[in-house]
Amino acid sequence: MKKYKIPHTFEFKSIIELYAQWIKDGTLKVNSDWNKDLKIKFTVQDPCNIGRKIGTNKIVDDLRFVVKAVVGEENFIDMVPNRSNNFCCGGGGGALQGGHTEQRRAYGKVKFDQIIETGAKYVITPCHNCHAQIEDMCHHYGGDYHTLHLWTVICLAMGILGENERTYLGPDLAEFGLDIEGGIQ
Amino acid sequence: MAEAIKLKEFACDFKDEVANRIPEANFDLCLTCGTCTGGCPASEQYDMDPRKFLRMLLLGMDDEIRKNPWTWVCTMCGRCMSACPMKINIPKFVYNVRASWDRDKRPKGIRGSCDQHIKSGNAMGVPKEDFVFTIEDVAREIRETQPEFSDLEITADRVGAYMALNQNSREPVTEPDELGPLWKILHKVKADWTHPTVMWGGENYCMFLADEEGWRYIMEEFVYHIEQNLKCKVVVNTE
Repeated sequence: MKKYKIPHTFEFKSIIELYAQWIKDGTLKVNSDWNKDLKIKFTVQDPCNIGRKIGTNKIVDDLRFVVKAVVGEENFIDMVPNRSNNFCCGGGGGALQGGHTEQRRAYGKVKFDQIIETGAKYVITPCHNCHAQIEDMCHHYGGDYHTLHLWTVICLAMGILGENERTYLGPDLAEFGLDIEGGIQ
Repeated sequence: MAEAIKLKEFACDFKDEVANRIPEANFDLCLTCGTCTGGCPASEQYDMDPRKFLRMLLLGMDDEIRKNPWTWVCTMCGRCMSACPMKINIPKFVYNVRASWDRDKRPKGIRGSCDQHIKSGNAMGVPKEDFVFTIEDVAREIRETQPEFSDLEITADRVGAYMALNQNSREPVTEPDELGPLWKILHKVKADWTHPTVMWGGENYCMFLADEEGWRYIMEEFVYHIEQNLKCKVVVNTE
């Protein structure tokens, strides 16, 4: 819109900013008690589009705030480098549909190594391109992490994640919070 | 003072063309320090890296630049530019190389997704009716199977909703159950929102394809729908 100078009156926001705002003002009630004893480790992938490309760390800092609120500060492990200095996962710019698969995966090896280095069991990827790429690299390079959408973790922490909404959870969390009939406890 | 080297033939047509389009790109300021390349995960793919690619531009190797598929391996992530001491806009250079390819020679997958987006408002080519059917169907299932959300309400194109949410088209097509968690969060915070059905895809393959006309068309249609039809105050990017 800026590029084409299309006039508009609406504001453009990221859902991550809103999650953070709602948690801060108490509208969205979350906590990390569920993970206090489990101590499952999480890391996040910073999408270039909401980090480096907007010229501020505001949204990626909000992302950390939200993730820490739902998994516990001590269970969050950052990659290095991160935020506006992160490495692109290699799935951006259309690369997932660009046809140069071997090169895309070689590109992504940098990110894969970064993820493995954190030792985290789960990678939260708030962007679809990143999600698809990071999951593909896990299969390709034989990683043992799981790739999650942010909303999955938020709902899991709130105890409202349904039985059909758990595709990306590992076996350790696949049934967490469900009763024996598959309903939410 | 030593005299500058004089070359007999030295034409940088492509460089001049791109530099005209993006005067702030600073191509001539490259110090060849290689910071861009050292921090670029695409370096060495197809025997190319950002410094070399830029050097070729400055040496007028226009045909070689246009022929190299590295253009489509680089993701235009911007790390090179943010590390560059001279702030040279390498991503825009790559974007312009993409735009210089014949449209039908650009990668089929990206082109196909861009074409679908222009035609149906999302990269997966989901017709509007199917999108609306899918979201209503998933919402109904949640209402029926998750008692806490028996009053979950989902709307499409609701005029006057405070927020309009874009939606990556992958979910409705390949994993509709992934739509639910976000809706439930929005339900919990009592958000006033709707799904627009014009150019609703959150992805933008025309941008990746460097299809200026397509990209502009998508944006204009989307903005018109939000401003004139729905009158939403906020557009929320869900990824």
